[in-house]
Amino acid sequence: MGINRRDFIKLAGLSALLGLGGKSAFELVLPGEVEAAEKAKPAAEGITRWAMVVDMRKMNDQIAAKCIEACHSIHNVPNYIDPPDPKLALPDPLKQRWQIKWIWTDLYEHAFPGMEQDVLWEKLHAMNFLLLCNHCNNPPCVRVCPTKATYQRPDGIVMMDMHRCIGCRFCMAGCPYGVRSFNWRDPRPYIAKINEDYPTREIGVVEKCLFCNERLAQGLQPACVEASGGALTFGNLADAKSKVREVLKEHFTIRRKPHLGTNPQVYYIV
Amino acid sequence: MADYKNEFGWFAEKPKVEKKIYDRNKVAIGIVVFLVIFTIAFWKNLGKAVPPPKPALETAAIIKLPEKERTCVEDVEFMRQRHMRLLVDWREQVIRDGERYWTNSKGEKYLASLSNTCMECHTNKTQFCDQCHNYVAVVPNCWGCHLTKEEQVAKAEAK
Repeated sequence: MGINRRDFIKLAGLSALLGLGGKSAFELVLPGEVEAAEKAKPAAEGITRWAMVVDMRKMNDQIAAKCIEACHSIHNVPNYIDPPDPKLALPDPLKQRWQIKWIWTDLYEHAFPGMEQDVLWEKLHAMNFLLLCNHCNNPPCVRVCPTKATYQRPDGIVMMDMHRCIGCRFCMAGCPYGVRSFNWRDPRPYIAKINEDYPTREIGVVEKCLFCNERLAQGLQPACVEASGGALTFGNLADAKSKVREVLKEHFTIRRKPHLGTNPQVYYIV
Repeated sequence: MADYKNEFGWFAEKPKVEKKIYDRNKVAIGIVVFLVIFTIAFWKNLGKAVPPPKPALETAAIIKLPEKERTCVEDVEFMRQRHMRLLVDWREQVIRDGERYWTNSKGEKYLASLSNTCMECHTNKTQFCDQCHNYVAVVPNCWGCHLTKEEQVAKAEAK
């Protein structure tokens, strides 16, 4: 009756071998495509595809500050570095860690890693590049979002639905540009002057630049473009006659980390 | 022959076991105390009727309108029953579909926005929204992000 111990161990060992070896052997013979190796999709014709060109020849720290101020005041972005009420001042590691930025500046070697050289054009070191969400054609943040709180609109804007965001921060891990910020606390006390026409965010959601989709719906340009005085160009990349298209045709531009295959849509003229 | 066994051994017939509750008084007191605490909410509110909510409609923005135009985006009955569904629909269409205008059953177009359409007339969240929400103990999570304009209006009226 039954099986003896020796037979049982033989059977168990054999089935374990089959179970473990089976799957990997299958993958070895039929490798298929790894999902992470997906390539960026080509832009579709005949629709809107918003893109931005930052002209670093016209950009300086004053203009950048104006752009940041315009964006952050309209969109109720809290200021943890320099809070409106001195009583709310935060200790040093926290204020950097909690910082929320939709648009900000950073140095060449931080913004364009992988493009450093031993000897580089000297002027680059002094430049503060204006950085914001690249609204990639192949956005990694969208692929990792478990609730589809962040998704790509047909016009290319990588949109956020704050109602759906559960604050898991996968998108922050997915984004190679650091354009996403998490609300570690209720941001309202840290907003100097609340713009009541635009919602604030709540504790526990991720936020980023949305290419001013609410202004685009009214036919306006994004707030930073309006404040930049010509240093930023914004428009429809799918339209052959648009200004961004012309600017991109005329000048050599660089993008942030293009080798990652995200196909970023913010271009820099250096 | 029936044999009965209990913890003391075998018996020819079923032994009579004295049934008793140990610490009967303490148990009784315990039960009474439990019942009182459990039902305290009922005793406290016994005989008191909570007044039904009276959401106030008289805001400066509404009074300013001529009598005939004092209507919401849909009729009162619809708004009473389905405003939450309407707001969810607006949310979906604005954010997911990028369609910012909404057409009501009469064919009139409205900007689908809580802060910029609803709160534009109903500037009194505490007298309007909160009245019923508190009465039925629902806590909508709109106000964590969306702004009520209540303060803005109060400031403007004070001037």
